[in-house]
This record gives sequence, structure tokens and C-alpha cells, in this order.
Amino acid sequence: MSEFHTTGLRVTRAGPLALLQDAGRFGVRHLGVTQGGPADLHGWAWANRLVGNPWGAAALEVTFGGLELVAERDLTLAVAGADLGATLDGEPLPLWQTAAWREGTRLAFAMPVNGLRAYLAVAGGFRAEPVLGSVACVVREGLGGHDGLGHKLAEGDLLKVGEGGGRGDGVRSAPEAERPDYRGAVRLALLPGAQIGDFTGRGLFDAFNAVWRVDDRADRMGVRLTGPRLRCRIESLISEGIGLGAVQVPPDGQPIALLNDRQTIGGYPRLGALTPLAASRLAQCLPGQEVRLVAVPRERALADYRRFRSVFEG
Amino acid sequence: MTGQVTARLPRLEAAGLDAWLVRLFDAIDEANLAWITALTRRCEAAFGAELVDLVPSYTTLLVIFDPLRLDPELAHRRLEGVLAGLVPDAAAEGGEIRELPTWYDPSVGPELARVAERANMSIAAVAECHSQAVYRVFALGFAPGFAFMGLLDPRLAAPRLDTPRQRVPAGSVAVAGRQTAAYPAVTPGGWNLIGRTSARLFDREREGFSLLRLGDRVRFVPVDRSTFERQGGDTTPMDEEGGR
Repeated sequence: MSEFHTTGLRVTRAGPLALLQDAGRFGVRHLGVTQGGPADLHGWAWANRLVGNPWGAAALEVTFGGLELVAERDLTLAVAGADLGATLDGEPLPLWQTAAWREGTRLAFAMPVNGLRAYLAVAGGFRAEPVLGSVACVVREGLGGHDGLGHKLAEGDLLKVGEGGGRGDGVRSAPEAERPDYRGAVRLALLPGAQIGDFTGRGLFDAFNAVWRVDDRADRMGVRLTGPRLRCRIESLISEGIGLGAVQVPPDGQPIALLNDRQTIGGYPRLGALTPLAASRLAQCLPGQEVRLVAVPRERALADYRRFRSVFEG
Repeated sequence: MTGQVTARLPRLEAAGLDAWLVRLFDAIDEANLAWITALTRRCEAAFGAELVDLVPSYTTLLVIFDPLRLDPELAHRRLEGVLAGLVPDAAAEGGEIRELPTWYDPSVGPELARVAERANMSIAAVAECHSQAVYRVFALGFAPGFAFMGLLDPRLAAPRLDTPRQRVPAGSVAVAGRQTAAYPAVTPGGWNLIGRTSARLFDREREGFSLLRLGDRVRFVPVDRSTFERQGGDTTPMDEEGGR
């Protein structure tokens, strides 16, 4: 890369899972390579937006907390998404707004207070060598991330930050309406799919009227929901491409919503697909949290998504 | 597929905000491939920069587009147009055969004996049977560069392991049902391992990254241990891999 950039951050404590994520890896899914990218597009996009980075800039996805970083030079940062009890130089860090990060001071994430995944963006963006066109970190595939090998952050890692891109106009913050309370009632918008009519008995009623509990079997590949057993006439399909948010139902009748690191093809019948924003919302749920599925028409889902993205254009 | 088999193929199925699933067939068949590769190519041309990804598989093609630039209804109409003029890909019927040098040995293929016993064959006969056929790549998935190939001789069609391994070594050649595959990298896996290939199946430095593509013809070529080693194959036995 010809562009000048330097070390910007040092990892002094890794925590359970911190990953570099740009918008994702596209154009290679026919080779079995998944998309990666931020599990919560909304939090990730706002963190970048606040520090003046363009759509697609790499930010850190911090799951659960525990991460500590020291600035190697003066930076501008913003944390959006989950409240993981972050402190900057020992003081509570206000979320959804920019802050100055002085050289030698420490940013520390603690534990989930509200939501599961926080996004840390710095002005200029994190810099890493793209792999298959993207720096999105997919641990399972060994692709992307700060080292190109799909590793999560470890103590002692050094992260590069691009020059410039910072805003000189004081603190910027996201409007109140853009800051979700992830603990509140969760209604996940779902676009019904082709097998919706194959769910039998009370299956269809239960899918959209039962309260579903987020299982602890949840990661960036998928989130299992537990509740009444859904029955489907189809046990399995010939494997076919599966999109982000697809809600598949294996023979045990418990749905799994597939997220960014899902396998590219699969063979379970599907209720449909969560909208991109619903998939993002689910990614902020902690195990045990209750969610409901709500069928929505495509037109409305598309209008919601376009409204969301329009904030980040231009 | 109950409840849908009567609906006419091909058809377009909703697959989220940014995608349509083109369902062309309802059963696995080698003859599907010429149509699926043709459709994939036609979609690349028809969608251009509005295309995000194409995921072909045994009987379907998932077409993912950018919903900010292309209205889903317009994408639907465009796909109907593409389907209306679709002709099978003539190139898919010929073409070179990709060869995967394979060392069939119980030390790297712990299920070789099990597959042989099931088939009532010797281990050497299993290797011969597996390596004589020319397979087609029906799908890529599970992991980068992992190609599902078929159709395997029914005598070798052993069911998957009851408990998948946590760690299958890279290069492992495997069978499950009527399919065969080679693991491009270390992953968990539940297929029967019968040997190991020295071929690099997925290489981030190579143009196109994956050695195998949908529709490719593939043959496993038996090699002895010294040839396998000379070609860079990893002879570390499974029990030393801690592969269980």
C-alpha cells in the first residue's frame, strides 16, 4: 500500500473475541467463501460515520468485552453498538459520539451492560492487507483480520491506523433515535420464503406467535432459537445457496438464524430470511433474551433498509 | 419438496431482500451442470455491477444483488428474461480433467478399511474403484474451495461418521453417500477419510483462488508414498495428528 500509515494501537488485553471487520467479502461466495463483515451493520456503520470514515471502512467488532487497547499516538474514536462498560483513561466513555484518544491512554471494555457487540472506529480507519478483496475477519476460514490469517486479536498485537479522515469540528454524536436499547422487546422482521407453506400443523402459527429464546449456541455463523417445535413436511433439501438472515429449521424443529459467517450453502427448509436490520438486531441479543418473529412485506423491508443506508451515503 | 413438486420449473423463489433463488431442477443430475453454469454466466452479463454474488449449487442458483441500486422486482424481471433465452453451456460437456494426486493409505485414510469392508473389497480395490471414475463438481461450499463431487460408485457409498472429527487434516480425500471430496484446509468433518492429496485446493495467492469450480471434471490419481512426498504431500499419520 502506497498510502502512509503507522501503528496506531497496541492490544494490552485481548478479551474473548475482537475482530477487524469491513463491510464484508463479496464476489467469492461461489467458491465456498462466506461474507463475514459486521454482525450488527447498524452499530458498525454509526461508529465509522461518527469519525468521518466512508462506508466500508474497517472497524473493530468487540464481542462481550474484555478488550484493552493503548493508543500509540493521538487518535479520534467512536464506539457504537453495545454498551460493554467501556472506559477511556479510567473515565466512562460516552457511546455513539466521538472522543479524543490521547497517546498512551487506555481504552478498556468490561462486560455487557446493554447488547453484545460494540464497534470501535478510529478516524482514518484500521488498515490491513485485504484478503480476497476484504479485511473482514473470518476465523473459521482463516481469512482477513489485522494479520490476514483470520486471527482474533491477541495481547501484544499492533493495529495500523490510516492517516487523516479525522474531523476537526468537535464532538459529533448520533441522534437519540439511532441508539437502540438492546434489552427492550425484540421483534425481528422476516421475509417469508419459498418453504413457508410446508410448515404443518401449528408450525406456522407458532413461528410467528411464540416467544423464542436466544440460545447460548450462538455465534457469528448463526443464532439458535428455542421454543415450540416447528414441524415441516420437508426434512431436508438438496443443498442450495443461503443468504444473510436465512432462518432454517432442522428436523429438531428449533430455528437457526444464519448470520455473516454462515456456510454458503445448506439444506434445511427455511421460514424465510430476516431483513438485514433484523439480523443486526439479533446479533445484539444475549443468550436467554426473548424475541419474536414478525412477517413483513418486501416493500416495507426495502424502504426501511434504504432509509437506513441513506444516512451513510454522501 | 412435497407441496412444490407440482409447481413448474424453473422458478424464482424469494430469498431475502437482496436475492432470488433460481430453482432449475428437483434432483441431482450431471446433466444439470451445463444449465447451471450457463445461467451463472448469463447472470454475470445481465447484472454487471449491480451483482453482489452468485452461488450455484446442485439444482439452484442464488443471485444476490445490491438492493440500493436494483429494485428486487426489476431483478426478478431480468431473471425471467435470462431464463427465457437460456441454452445449455456447450463447454461444460468437454474440457480438461483436473487430476488430484492421491495417496490411498490407512495411515492418512483411517476409514479405508471400513469402506473396504462395507463394499466387500480389498483396500487396493477401493483405491482403484475410487480413482477410476471421472467425477463432476456439483457444488462448492462448507469451506473455501471444498468441492462436492459425484457420483461415487454405490459400493463405496458409506454413510457419514456418527460423530464428526474435530480436526480433519488438509488434503484429506473423503467419501460420504454418493459423493466424494478433498478437504482444502483443516476443518471439522464427518466424512470417511480414505487417503490424502498433495494438490493445493485453495490458494489465496492463485488467480481464481480455488483449484476446482462448479462443473469441473476431476480424477483422483493414485500415487505411492514417495511420489506423494515429492509432490509436497503431508504424510503425517492421523493418529499423530490427534485427528479424533
